[in-house]
Amino acid sequence: MIRLEALNKSYVMSEHSLHVLKDLSLEIAEGELVAIMGSSGSGKSTLLNVLGLLDRYDSGAYHLGGKLARDLSETEAAKLRNSHLGFVFQSFHLLPFKTAVENVALPLYYSGVARRKRNAMAASMLERVGLGDRLDHLPSQLSGGQKQRVAIARALVTDPKVLLADEPTGALDSQTSTEILELLLEVNAEGRTVVIVTHEPDVAARTRRVIHLADGRIGEDRRQEGG
Amino acid sequence: MSLDSWVELLERLARHPLRTALTMLAVSWGILMLVLLMAAGTGLENNVRWEFRDDAVNSIWIYGGRTSRPFEGHAVGRRVRFDNDDFASLAEVPAVDKLTGRFYPRGDTTVSYDGRKGSFNIRATHPDHKYVEGTLIVAGRFIDELDLKERRKVAVIGQEVVKFLFEGIDPIGEWLNVGGVNYQIIGIFEDVGGPGEMRQIYLPITTGQLVYGGGERIDQLMFTVDPDMTIDESERLTEQVRGQIARHHHFDPSDRRAMRVRNNVERFGEIQAIFGWIRAFIWIVGVGTVLAGVVGVSNILLVSVQERTSEIGLRKAVGATPSSLIGMVMQEAIVLTSVAGYGGVVVGVGLVEVVRRYVPENDYIRDPQADLGVVIGAVALLVALGTLAGLFPALRAANIDPITALREE
Repeated sequence: MIRLEALNKSYVMSEHSLHVLKDLSLEIAEGELVAIMGSSGSGKSTLLNVLGLLDRYDSGAYHLGGKLARDLSETEAAKLRNSHLGFVFQSFHLLPFKTAVENVALPLYYSGVARRKRNAMAASMLERVGLGDRLDHLPSQLSGGQKQRVAIARALVTDPKVLLADEPTGALDSQTSTEILELLLEVNAEGRTVVIVTHEPDVAARTRRVIHLADGRIGEDRRQEGG
Repeated sequence: MSLDSWVELLERLARHPLRTALTMLAVSWGILMLVLLMAAGTGLENNVRWEFRDDAVNSIWIYGGRTSRPFEGHAVGRRVRFDNDDFASLAEVPAVDKLTGRFYPRGDTTVSYDGRKGSFNIRATHPDHKYVEGTLIVAGRFIDELDLKERRKVAVIGQEVVKFLFEGIDPIGEWLNVGGVNYQIIGIFEDVGGPGEMRQIYLPITTGQLVYGGGERIDQLMFTVDPDMTIDESERLTEQVRGQIARHHHFDPSDRRAMRVRNNVERFGEIQAIFGWIRAFIWIVGVGTVLAGVVGVSNILLVSVQERTSEIGLRKAVGATPSSLIGMVMQEAIVLTSVAGYGGVVVGVGLVEVVRRYVPENDYIRDPQADLGVVIGAVALLVALGTLAGLFPALRAANIDPITALREE
């Protein structure tokens, strides 16, 4: 599903350039559940941005779903993101003035689904994440865990192949974290590829594959019994 | 633009009602000022045109004066009186189009008909007088060459004279008594110059000179020129005429007091030029005000995009293309400016209409109006400016880096 070949990425500062990803090669198969760990500065956020088509890379190749994603225009990247990828963020990033349904429906707005249909799709997605009774609540009326459920529903509403989660439990207490993690495991169990960037060993322990990044390279790529 | 984008836009505008209202107010105000300034400008201009309405604006009038410089042995203070030779010599000038003299009968000019008496102004003129003065014949005819040649005792009278002396009678063919002499009425006229001008009685100039002891005398000469004549050309023509008159009457051509000139070409031309400047001024001020409003819109949109950085980043992450974001901001800019601009136009045109209806006639402004074509042009300009106003914030929105945007918060 995801294949990186000798990927390099540098940030050019005013004077010097910072080589963040160094000849990174990586393959994630369809339906895998992968945790990416690493200390800050190891390049894990950059890797996630590249995987999420939010950032470009300098050399090497990134194949997403069998297609080479290189030198995409912003518009092409946006369309691929919309159809192939779902994002979950640490700080949820829900639009505060939109209800849960409207937030979940937002990606469908950009894929051109009519309002009535996308609101119906969003509502059923919210029911699936256990928020069927919170459809018309604003984010401010929801708890942290509920917000993250809305965000996950939003990530899934376009039925993407890959879910990218950046510290999805970082802002939640341990009880809620477990629930959210369970939800992500369920998502994975449906056959979706899930990549979670985390610094929490507890979270990584629940996955079947843990990739440790260190200084822009893969330090350790360990498969384990998840769950 | 889909229906969804309109719903989104309205929701967004409704989220900041005060900001939206103030931004739109600035634009409306600008257009309102433009409309009002334009209406005031047109009103002023119409008023001046009205002041000139009586006489042909392409006419030059000359009057005899008194010499103020000794010339060829003549003393100063000598009176210059035009005569038929002056008329003949001016008739030779190619640039002179319609030419007439005017002689004011002296002595008893009491006017009476069938026992009714009145005091009216008597002018003895040439046939071309009707062109210079703007006389409109409504019945019969004006004085013609044959009247002059035969020194006929005929008169053309104004509507006011008709009203006063001929109630219920058709005056044409009737005999009017002026200072004891009877004239047959051959025509009735109206004059845009108003009631005063319609209290006139016109006689053939030759008859007037004969009956009222004028001899060959002419009190003033008036002529029209090509309507396209420039001010400079009209001044040169005036000097040429002055030279001819001076030769005939033996005065120094540079003696301004010997012959007075009213050059309407020059007067009207100068006023035209002033209005040209006023119009330019109105446009500069008006467009400046509108621009200030548009810059305000641009500014508010920039602030709005800035505030919504993380929202826009998120929209990008879930699939918003740059063009959809540009469209979103541009739509807002264009809607804000055009709706506000239209509001300004409606209020402005309404105010002008109220002024036209309720403000009485006065000496300064007449018939103010905002030229509809110009107003529509202004609104079109506004929409164009709105597009321009949206462009910069829109590009800013499209260029937001989702990574940075999503990291903020």
